[in-house]
Amino acid sequence: MAFELNGKTYETDEEGYLANLSQWDTEAAVYMAKEDDCDLDENHWEVINFLREYYEEYQIAPAVRVLTKAIGKKLGKDKGNSKYLYELFPYGPAKQACKYAGLPKPTGCV
Amino acid sequence: MSRAKKFMYINRHAPCGTVYAVEGLEVVLIGAAFEQDVCMAFIGDGVFQLQQDQDTADTGMKNFSPAYRALGDYEVNRLYVERESLQERGLTEEDLMPLTWEDEDEDWAEKSSIYIVDQAQLSDLMDEQDIILNF
Amino acid sequence: MLHTVNKSPFESSSLKTCLSLARGDADVLLIEDGVYGALSGSAHTSLVAEALGDVRVYALEPDLKARGLSRDRLIPGIEVVGYDGFVELACANDKIQNWL
Repeated sequence: MAFELNGKTYETDEEGYLANLSQWDTEAAVYMAKEDDCDLDENHWEVINFLREYYEEYQIAPAVRVLTKAIGKKLGKDKGNSKYLYELFPYGPAKQACKYAGLPKPTGCV
Repeated sequence: MSRAKKFMYINRHAPCGTVYAVEGLEVVLIGAAFEQDVCMAFIGDGVFQLQQDQDTADTGMKNFSPAYRALGDYEVNRLYVERESLQERGLTEEDLMPLTWEDEDEDWAEKSSIYIVDQAQLSDLMDEQDIILNF
Repeated sequence: MLHTVNKSPFESSSLKTCLSLARGDADVLLIEDGVYGALSGSAHTSLVAEALGDVRVYALEPDLKARGLSRDRLIPGIEVVGYDGFVELACANDKIQNWL
């Protein structure tokens, strides 16, 4: 599967996750979010950028429990809780945000 | 809820030549979501999984060794490395990557996750477990 | 003859068997997990060090790097080669035996 944007083709798996991490750019993130009726604002980007940094360092996408705790440590308790994160990403913060961040589905997510 | 079960994942294979190491690590990360009492043991060639400075770029394989540093985030913070296995391979603790976890109860103090244990200690630890899985 | 060994000497007897059968004009190339046989200070170091008086032993650099093994950890006398060196060895020898 794939989608096209500004003449560039992005390969995806059957669930819409980018097949090739290095293809990711902000336009792709905005496009994938739009497909889910989600307009990315700065709060979304905060989480997306966090996930990309996490992947860069550890080579895995964190499970939701790990993400919540790490966000809390970095951005404060008012953001490091599942209510806040689920409001931003109603399909599941790890799953949905990882998709827009161009990462594979988090390890342990089914 | 019933009491958390004590899980030990035993890693016995070198990191790159087979899929045991990466598959085992994935199972540990997935299993950590179930909030059980999890530890890992590294024996035999498994101790090579913790070798510092692994760089797979020239082989075209993915380097998954940074993922061991995420284990602390998953609350897997007891990694037992068998002393005899290190010695047999000419390794010391200094050859291993430093792995730590942050103790939230002590203002995120960084603590080491690596414990070098001898065979007798490891046997005792195995006796304490409810479930032992080998990779 | 070129011999390649791709198993860890701690897991398999292939390195030991290979070295006991390799003749003086042989090249022995350690690849994949076989590169653990190049480690100095290990239980198998003496086996390889003794063979070095007889055969030439090489280790493949990308496989060493993938496993975090730097050159200073290797048994002196082992030559480190890249993929190009692997090809040269394969061409220079009339036969290849892979100790799988």
